Amino acid sequence: MAHSTLQKLEKLDRRWVFLAMALAVAAPLFFKIGLAPKTTPPVKEFYDYIEALPPGSRVLCSFDYDPGSKAELDPMCISVLEHLMDKGHKPVVITLWSTAPALIERNVNLICRDKYGKQYGTDYVYLGLKEGREAVMVAMGKSIRATFPVDFYGTPVEQIPLMNGVENYEQFQALINVSAGYPGTKEYVQYVTTRFAIPLLSGASAVSVPEYSAYYQSGQLKGLLTGITGAAEYEALLGKPGLALIAMDGQTMGHFVIIAFILFGNIVYFFLRREKARG
Amino acid sequence: MDFFWLSVAGLATIAVLSFLYNDNPLYKVAEHFFVGIAAGYVVCAEFYNVFLPNLWNPLTSGTDYWLVIPLLLGLALFTRFSNNIGWISRWPMSVIIGTYAGLAVIGFASGDMVLQVQASLIPVFEPATVSKFSGDPSVMNFLDILKNPLFTLGLIAVLFYFFFSVEHKGGLKHIAVVGTTLLMIGFGAGYGYTVMTRIALLFDRFYFLFVEWLQVASA
Repeated sequence: MAHSTLQKLEKLDRRWVFLAMALAVAAPLFFKIGLAPKTTPPVKEFYDYIEALPPGSRVLCSFDYDPGSKAELDPMCISVLEHLMDKGHKPVVITLWSTAPALIERNVNLICRDKYGKQYGTDYVYLGLKEGREAVMVAMGKSIRATFPVDFYGTPVEQIPLMNGVENYEQFQALINVSAGYPGTKEYVQYVTTRFAIPLLSGASAVSVPEYSAYYQSGQLKGLLTGITGAAEYEALLGKPGLALIAMDGQTMGHFVIIAFILFGNIVYFFLRREKARG
Repeated sequence: MDFFWLSVAGLATIAVLSFLYNDNPLYKVAEHFFVGIAAGYVVCAEFYNVFLPNLWNPLTSGTDYWLVIPLLLGLALFTRFSNNIGWISRWPMSVIIGTYAGLAVIGFASGDMVLQVQASLIPVFEPATVSKFSGDPSVMNFLDILKNPLFTLGLIAVLFYFFFSVEHKGGLKHIAVVGTTLLMIGFGAGYGYTVMTRIALLFDRFYFLFVEWLQVASA
């Protein structure tokens, strides 16, 4: 290959890389690929844990993410709510992120009210936001009623049938945390599961997963959904294909482009070095 | 009306993505709008979701007079703006730092340190994996036999990399190199997960542009 061509390729305008990546990621929206993900043990255990809960179990759901991480965690949040509704469980939903309440309310209404026609206050409840991060987690161990005296809509918890007899974590069969970072799964592990007897299941953005995998391996997490891949596997297990499964096609194509450019860069570098050695 | 707001969001997305081609006034406009709106949103969200329900409403309804203490501590934080009485802000800061340090120490010690160390102390050799391999001699079952020894050796190698009381030379150097290699694999996996997150965000934007806004693709 001519030396000048190699030099041009070495200094390839990075906008070509952006364009290739954009085309690859967007292509599956127009041409379906439909790759089926293989279920990994952390996702299977997450799924099995919810399956094994007795029907009508009260489950505390802490959905802690913001619009910036909506792409990865919204599909998880929706799938979790669908799974709970399918099994007849009763989610009590909270959030500890101040930018989350509207996002979570939309998902809760979309699934519990509109899709499954469940009764608010009896089959599910949305307590909304409480600021205070770790302090809130610990406070809920003493009294959830004192921590969340009213629900998202201002109704006192004493008037909500699903909250009858609920005092702290002990009245919940599981805690599900969908987390984009701080405060999230790490803090629930540190402040809740070690002090209070409540099993924790986590769905996290992929960035956090290397850290949370240690908690899964040690048994501190009963199941773990890993970013958009975990969400897609979970959708496949539920038999309810959603946005995560569609996104996996874009994800796969994006990875192909990255691998192709890594190979391309190395090949150009190899030939250029050989040309230079020849003088 | 819905389409109007979708279009605002769509145009803002394109304006932000236009930075990938080059820095341009459209991007600057979108960036300044975003910073301003995000700051305003957070202030409003904190005011209505935190200040009013946690402090102002209970205080003014006369149920929790003790909340005067956090109110005064909160106000004291603003003394930082004064050179003369700025020292007062150290008192609420000490309460905040003290409270969170206390919580963090307990949380870290019990949740991270003790249980993680406990989970790392596994039997190097597990006879059950061998009998499982004898019954079904597959590759996965063979790897299961190696799992615990590899984990233990890897743990020792990585810990040794951070052990500086002896010089890493001779045979010890090789242990440290193994530790470094395993750390690099860990960092590589972490970076890979980060890339996954970024691609997911990009896909979400394209989904919004082509499916929800322009409706030229279907999912």
